[in-house]
Amino acid sequence: MAELQATAAATEIPEATGASPDAGSDQPAKIAARNVNVFYGTNQALKDIDLDLGGNEVTALIGPSGCGKSTFLRCLNRMNDVIDICRVTGRITLDGEDIYDPRLDVVQLRARVGMVFQKPNPFPKSIYDNIAYGPRIHGVANNKEELEEIVVTSLQRAGLWNEVKDRLNVPGTGLSGGQQQRLCIARAIAVSPEVILMDEPCSALDPIATAKIEELIDELRGNYTIVIVTHNMQQAARVSQRTAFFHLGEMVEADETEAIFTNPKDERTLGYITGRYG
Amino acid sequence: MARQQHEHIVKSFDEQLKSVNQQIARMGGLAESQLASAVEALVKRDSDLAGRVVNADTGLDNLEHDVEEAVVRILALRQPVATDLRDIIAAFKIASDTERIGDYAVNVAKRALALNQMPPVQPVYTVPRMARLVQSIVKDTFDAYVERDAEKAIDVWHRDEEVDEMYTSLFRELLTYMMEDPRSITPGTHLLFIAKNIERIGDHATNIAETVHYLVTGEYIEGGRPKGDTSSYAVMEPPRPDEDGNGGDDE
Repeated sequence: MAELQATAAATEIPEATGASPDAGSDQPAKIAARNVNVFYGTNQALKDIDLDLGGNEVTALIGPSGCGKSTFLRCLNRMNDVIDICRVTGRITLDGEDIYDPRLDVVQLRARVGMVFQKPNPFPKSIYDNIAYGPRIHGVANNKEELEEIVVTSLQRAGLWNEVKDRLNVPGTGLSGGQQQRLCIARAIAVSPEVILMDEPCSALDPIATAKIEELIDELRGNYTIVIVTHNMQQAARVSQRTAFFHLGEMVEADETEAIFTNPKDERTLGYITGRYG
Repeated sequence: MARQQHEHIVKSFDEQLKSVNQQIARMGGLAESQLASAVEALVKRDSDLAGRVVNADTGLDNLEHDVEEAVVRILALRQPVATDLRDIIAAFKIASDTERIGDYAVNVAKRALALNQMPPVQPVYTVPRMARLVQSIVKDTFDAYVERDAEKAIDVWHRDEEVDEMYTSLFRELLTYMMEDPRSITPGTHLLFIAKNIERIGDHATNIAETVHYLVTGEYIEGGRPKGDTSSYAVMEPPRPDEDGNGGDDE
């Protein structure tokens, strides 16, 4: 019964927050990277990356394996900090704020910049606890009802609610691959991030589960800034508004997705997306 | 002009693209010769040749069908992007325009068959002049396609205006003949249709030139298409002097 009430309340929430002002392209970038270099020991993985990521839009990062796109993604919420030999120089700002500022709380940063990985990695806990974990440790919810509301809303936004509403107490690891990935997306949005980073979120999924995630990405971009790394070029074309092509640690070309896929300016981009030797 | 492209990692894709390009080139050659033969049949009053033009049209139709099948297959199986996508889309459009050029050449041949039953009329000699111009436009258009030459495509695109102007003057000339001598009305009307068909071939060649430009550069030719066909107003004044934007591009 309590659950049902929570549902009713939650269905109104997307309405209220969904009416956020449309971020035009003339607005300053949500995330701006300038002169970013990344070294693993003496090996340089990224060279002088300048890239703006617009708010309320999906940016796809494409490029061959080892080109640095995942490394770049991991810079955006300082995931590279955990690698000892990794060194990042340059400047990355989130809403104008330097995210590598030593005074900045990394845990708070990762709450603002969530991440979804290639392989679905739900906690070995119930579906409910998978979602509730983040809000609990970040103190987002004031009481049990609020927490329940967050869980329901997050599952609804991730398009998983109808499939799991009767079994919130079963382990998240028991869901199908596609459901697990949507659970991970629900978990990421439970702490109300501003940016969601996705590292090949569909590469372990079948086409139907992939389509559901892509549809979800499209819905989510109204409220979040999304950056997705993908090897699937058609996916980049389908879900993103802007595409950046990385090659050998350089950011070769970034443009509107349509321009990249109909008339790329750089030979290397052309060679890569059309499947030619470059 | 065209960027020298590397080969695809998947070689069969290159072969399929090459095969489509060759089919388009063959269609272009066939359309050119159909037009040339139709005009020759008209000038030399050669009904046999006219008949051969009419029969040969199935060749173009079949080629168009082949190109369409190949394009659909490549779209479905390869999901081409960028230059490959433009290549495929261009082939699809050019095949359709080329098939229409063939149809108009057949129309010319059929009218020639009818005209050959009647005594010769004077403007038969003006029509070939216009036809030669259109033939050279068609040829250069397909050269631009084969050479992937965007500048040549723009050049051809501009020359269609000349065809339109020739058509307008021919239209007036024929009207004058028909007014002077009512017996020339039947052959005059046939000739008018022939001229119109040739003018339409020029329009389709212009379409192809636009497609070639897009194929090579990824951008559309800027500005409106040059128009020289004012035959719609040859006898009557236009309703308003500033209203000739879309004249002559109907049918």
